[in-house]
Amino acid sequence: MPRRWDFFTFYGLGFVVFLYTPVLLLPLFSFNDSIFAIFPLKGFTLNAYHQLADDTKLLGAVRNSVVVGICVSVISTAFGLLAAMAVTRYRLPGKGPIVGTIMLPLVIPSIILGVALLVLVRQVFDIELSLWCVGAGHVLLCVPFSMLVLMSRLEGFDKNLEEAAMDLGENGWMTFWRVTFPLALPGVISSLLMSFTTSFDEYVLAFFLSGIDQTLPIYLWSMLRFPQRLPITLALGSSILIISTIIVVISEIMRRRGVQSAKPTGL
Amino acid sequence: MAETSVESQASTPGQGTAGARTNIGLLQRLEWVRGYLLMTPTILLMCGLLIAPLASLFLRSFWTQHGFDIDKTFTLHNYWELIAPSDEATYWLGIPFPLKNPAYAIVIVKSLLISFGATIAVILIAYPMAYFLAFRLVRHKMLWLIIITIPFWTSYLLRVFAWKIILGYNGVINSGLIYLGLIDKPLDFLLYNPFAVIVTLAHAWVAYAILPIYVSLEKIDRSLLEAATDLGNRPWERFLHVTLPLSLPGVIASTLMVFIPTVGDYVTPSLVGGPTGVMVGNTIQSLFGQRNDGPLGAALSAVVMLIVTLLVCLFLWAVGYRKMQKREA
Repeated sequence: MPRRWDFFTFYGLGFVVFLYTPVLLLPLFSFNDSIFAIFPLKGFTLNAYHQLADDTKLLGAVRNSVVVGICVSVISTAFGLLAAMAVTRYRLPGKGPIVGTIMLPLVIPSIILGVALLVLVRQVFDIELSLWCVGAGHVLLCVPFSMLVLMSRLEGFDKNLEEAAMDLGENGWMTFWRVTFPLALPGVISSLLMSFTTSFDEYVLAFFLSGIDQTLPIYLWSMLRFPQRLPITLALGSSILIISTIIVVISEIMRRRGVQSAKPTGL
Repeated sequence: MAETSVESQASTPGQGTAGARTNIGLLQRLEWVRGYLLMTPTILLMCGLLIAPLASLFLRSFWTQHGFDIDKTFTLHNYWELIAPSDEATYWLGIPFPLKNPAYAIVIVKSLLISFGATIAVILIAYPMAYFLAFRLVRHKMLWLIIITIPFWTSYLLRVFAWKIILGYNGVINSGLIYLGLIDKPLDFLLYNPFAVIVTLAHAWVAYAILPIYVSLEKIDRSLLEAATDLGNRPWERFLHVTLPLSLPGVIASTLMVFIPTVGDYVTPSLVGGPTGVMVGNTIQSLFGQRNDGPLGAALSAVVMLIVTLLVCLFLWAVGYRKMQKREA
């Protein structure tokens, strides 16, 4: 808590209220016994959640999203780790432009990435759209995140530890598994979780690249268009929010603990 | 990797100084070779998933669509479609657009303005928060940072949808105001306009802007602030002369992090923009979708990316980013 209560303290608290209120309205109205999201609240009900549990199409979409999310998180973390090790452990000529290019998906609007991938998949290679294409698109989005997280983790600990292992006769591979990887582990876990949520929540690329199999955000989008299905939409949205919040909190704690223990005093 | 390390060990012993010198050169060369070996998979991946798609999109912008067929002869026709002049000007916000197809230019200008508005709002909201985190907060900093970052990673779709519920005709604000007896019938100007898009974008992106500003504020040497006070600066002067200039790199980073991606945003204008709040992302989507003119959509994408890049360069030049970097070094 702050030292004294002044304008900025109130601003800080006000800001958190502003940041969270809109999102918290979703769970609030999902328990409300009305088909509109309006005040005054009518009464408490779990109807919408019961309807959700019976929706088989929804379950399919959830399964697709989870499978894609897990594959994407493992693949992008592996690529991100390799690149982060290369950048932090070796002096690479032309490092700036290479890292800059890898980070481009962070700033290019996803609609442009989406149509570009669509053109490549459909018109250059003539492959059928599928969850594989969605996964590929999500890997493109997640590699920059993974690399950023892992770079800060790898920069945080002492390179001498790796050199010591080498001097003591470990080869490169064993040094990686017994020194580098365990030290990078908080970053790796954080990167896995962040990539998973990014993929799990991503809509635009999935919209362009998915074939018949829907992912959860696409299913959610199709529900948003029907006002009469608002209660179920709210219930689904609230469930998604709760799941991703839990994942994000774990990931953030891992990442920040990683950075903290990397300080010289911690070693 | 194991093999290269064995090689470098084997070549070291039993050689003279001249040999040792070339060995150092060899080792250094090996070092970057090994670095590149590690980097190669990611570079290849990015070539396949980023460079190749963007290149094929760019190539497509020089082709033309005829019904279901694509004419692959090189032409600038699509770009001409976007800028072809006309004698009659179409007016939008009082700005004349003397073009044959003014809709494209108008939607680009509108997207830039909406994005610009949202970016200004984001910086104004984020700066005091970053200041609070950097200067006022003593304990539980990690907790606060996590609280700020959570929305950053949760569903963008849902954060935007929440605003649709808030601003809608049958929405939270309208029903709340009626319930309180402040209005008789719902206000219909809240949702489906550019203003709703700006509000929603500002809320959805504000969390992204805090961290860069916070980091640059946190880096400021506190003794500079004490010096300013000792030299007789009042708090407000001290802020204007010391804190604000030193935090500009963070402000610039945040500005770009919000402005660049929001120009092409698709979800927000689709959900809360309505017909008047359409942005260029929607136009690109419809060109690739219902209107079945991918090449024109590709040209529009290329033009948007070019304009944004130019604006960013202009902005960095205008704020003297190079000088700022030199000063930091």
